[in-house]
Amino acid sequence: MTAHVMTATAGPGAASSRGSRGSRGSRRLPRALHPVAWWVWAISLGTAATRTTNPLLLVLIFAVLGLVVAMRRTDAPWARGYRFYLVMALTVIAIRVIFRAVFESGVTPSDQILFSLPRLPTPSWYAGIQIGGPVSLQAILSACLDGARLACLLCCIGAANTLANPKRALRVLPGALHELGVAVTVALSVAPQLVESAQRVRRARRLRGATGRGPRALRSIAIPVLHDALDRSLLLAAGMDSRGYGRTGSATRASRRLTAALTMTGLAGLCAGAYWLFDPTVPQAVGIGGFAGGAVLCVAGLALGGRRVSRTRYRPDPWGWPEWAVVASGAASAVGLSLNIGYSPAALNPGLYPLQWPALPVVPVIAILISALAAVAAPPPPQALTVPAAGTGQ
Amino acid sequence: MIDFDHVSITYSGCARPVLSEVCLRIDEGELCLVIGRTGSGKSTLLGAINGLVPHFTGGTLAGRVVVDGRDTARLRPRELADVVGLVGQDPLASFVTDTVEEELAYTMEQLAVDRASMRTRLEETLDLLGIADLRRRALRDLSGGQQQRVALGAALTAHPRILVLDEPTSALDPASAEDVLAAITRLVHDLGVTVVLAEHRLERVLPYADRVVYLDGEGKVTAGDPARILAWAGVCPPVVELGRLAGWDPLPLSVRDARRQAAPLRDQLPRTPPASGRTPATGLDAGLALTARGIIVRYGSLVAVRAVSLTLRPGEITALMGRNGSGKSSLLWALQGTGTRAAGTVSVAGADPAALSPARARRLVGLVPQTPADLLYLDTVDEELAQADRDARAGTNPADSDSRAATSARGILDEIAPGIAAGTHPRDASAGQQLALVLAVQLAAAPAVILLDEPTRGLDYQAKAGLTAILGRLAAQGRSVVVATHDVEFAARSCDRVVVMAEGEIVADGQAASVLTASPTFAPQVAKVLAPLPYLTVTQVAAALGPVRAS
Repeated sequence: MTAHVMTATAGPGAASSRGSRGSRGSRRLPRALHPVAWWVWAISLGTAATRTTNPLLLVLIFAVLGLVVAMRRTDAPWARGYRFYLVMALTVIAIRVIFRAVFESGVTPSDQILFSLPRLPTPSWYAGIQIGGPVSLQAILSACLDGARLACLLCCIGAANTLANPKRALRVLPGALHELGVAVTVALSVAPQLVESAQRVRRARRLRGATGRGPRALRSIAIPVLHDALDRSLLLAAGMDSRGYGRTGSATRASRRLTAALTMTGLAGLCAGAYWLFDPTVPQAVGIGGFAGGAVLCVAGLALGGRRVSRTRYRPDPWGWPEWAVVASGAASAVGLSLNIGYSPAALNPGLYPLQWPALPVVPVIAILISALAAVAAPPPPQALTVPAAGTGQ
Repeated sequence: MIDFDHVSITYSGCARPVLSEVCLRIDEGELCLVIGRTGSGKSTLLGAINGLVPHFTGGTLAGRVVVDGRDTARLRPRELADVVGLVGQDPLASFVTDTVEEELAYTMEQLAVDRASMRTRLEETLDLLGIADLRRRALRDLSGGQQQRVALGAALTAHPRILVLDEPTSALDPASAEDVLAAITRLVHDLGVTVVLAEHRLERVLPYADRVVYLDGEGKVTAGDPARILAWAGVCPPVVELGRLAGWDPLPLSVRDARRQAAPLRDQLPRTPPASGRTPATGLDAGLALTARGIIVRYGSLVAVRAVSLTLRPGEITALMGRNGSGKSSLLWALQGTGTRAAGTVSVAGADPAALSPARARRLVGLVPQTPADLLYLDTVDEELAQADRDARAGTNPADSDSRAATSARGILDEIAPGIAAGTHPRDASAGQQLALVLAVQLAAAPAVILLDEPTRGLDYQAKAGLTAILGRLAAQGRSVVVATHDVEFAARSCDRVVVMAEGEIVADGQAASVLTASPTFAPQVAKVLAPLPYLTVTQVAAALGPVRAS
């Protein structure tokens, strides 16, 4: 028990939040920004990232994410995970490059060949894919840029998760999504405990003299840990149920089915819209129509499902000017990179033939820099939830 | 308030119902204590009150459970959340939020209590349970007793008319448990909440109970006046046992009641008690089983064990006591050699277990961890035992295998806890059986020193008596046994020597009789009743009374 206290107080975010409080905004009360504001901000930046493969713009977005996370995260447990998203982002880029190198795709005469991998013969029915062969600089670069775009998107999600308490974010979930809420809460609570019980079981294994590796060792760790996790999940779900989570009062079966139908159709529409974002060949009408129709149907479904659930908030997250400012700063980058005004669209996706240093379009740079204002628009995060170990004994 | 009308509950796959034809009525404002052996259906009975049984657990419910006029068969637990508050054994497992304040508000939010009353109720509850100074703390950083009080508060803020508590103090040290129980009795008296409480360690709660519900394990339920039920029930605390032995009427339920009737008994008893029931092992080498010098264990800047020196003799059972977080577990793990040790030396038969491979270290010192199930990963008891034999032989030289190692794990298990079927899944076994199984697995390696970390957690009186017998036999074989425990009565019954730790240091070390009678927190009930006579257990009193009554 006391060991947690120790680790909690040594959080890396403490120094940065204290520093920011000292330098500016000393008159502003520290408080948590509304989680939805952070999510909108992060998704907007993510949208901006999907519009470009210009490495300079992508690096700028990474920098903005890093700055805001460093200045506005707390040292709560959920806020310590940003580096894992960065590691995951690098992995994504690496996988992308390796795949591109191994599975050869059409090499044009103008490509600069870096090296050649031995070609593996593939059977005739598998002729579509070639393994091995020459690897060109252009192929590697384009894989890198594609990977970086995806990695950027991943880091946007990571930033949202780091900046907003996921459990508080869940509270804005409409009552209709009750099962989802239980599942996510259980996952969020059990995941850290899973790590703890894995450490405990690993240590306990040695009491039986087991040091080996391999399938048996995996089993001797996995079985007790999974048993533990399942038991805990059930206990927590039972606890949430007996504390009234998702009280419906009097929802009928018909209304529940209508809710499900509305939300499913709405989600299908949203998916069509999202597809348009990534693939420019999809007609704009399908994309925008999918977004609009999907959103309307989803909102209707959630409203219908949530109508019978009544809840109140203790200390609700207020929505004030900092929330508007953060949302607006995020929206600036999404709009700036989508409207194609004041710069050539080609600047967002510079070609690799001929190979040249990409241009830096001014309007998108300004748009992305505006997003960085979130770091000062958001109030400083509240003081650590944990009290230093000394002097806390009962 | 709560009505059970011919209720039978059967889980799927079970031949007989857990509860059969239960008719029970619990009135408003009562503190109702549910007692019975492990597996007798206490949790099922409690779960049926708020509908978790059968809505969440599955199974079939016949008959009707009506709570505050509502039928639980038709309403899910969440619809009953405004009437019934539930607190479980492990508060950390049921916390939904991250901080004390949010946790206390959670149920109210779900019940759509308006904001103004939410804030006043929350402040009231913080004061009522004495946790106002913890309001902004993270739940994970609280001590066990504080967490349990927060869980109690979280159930209370919704103003339920019934509070259901399933073994709320089983994981707590005596002082924290007192805090929680004091909070509960205060609720009963000040707010008139109906409390239904299941508890293993009856000695703490019995004095406060208005009514006792006894589950006999066959599905039958008897409810009535505490003194009347306890006169014959299969589980009872030492003070009741003493009352039964001395033939006191009315049967005392608290130390205070017993002491008022005990004067004649005290006169009758010889001034020095007979030697404790266990015969000390004979024919042992007089050497030490384990010598530890200057053990230091630290985690970061936290010092868990502070330069502790300890010697263990063969054939001796030592109780290691102290509040939660006083360094008991860290010391045991350090002695075994698997845990971290910043400084100090441990010597068992001339070797330091930490310097040996795990397979060889466990042949010197065996440790049964706090959650024994961590060591079990196979599908049947027999597979575990066979694996234990293979583990025990691993790395030995077949030539120098001594006679002790020849005993198979199965043989040891049959000796210490007979009757565990070979095909049972270890996870389906009761807590006591799991403990015996892990003990057998560890003993298969024939260690001279065996350490047990909190083995009494979740054991009922019979299982504890079984454990006492097992430990006695181990000591008779010349092994040195150390038991970390919160259970004073268990220590009084089973141990020769008591070591008390606080803040990582040993504060008391001596004969059980002298250490346990020295302070009121650590004194067993019999000692409190018969003070100044140095009796610790009912067995001792019975042994002393034998010759007196005969003459």
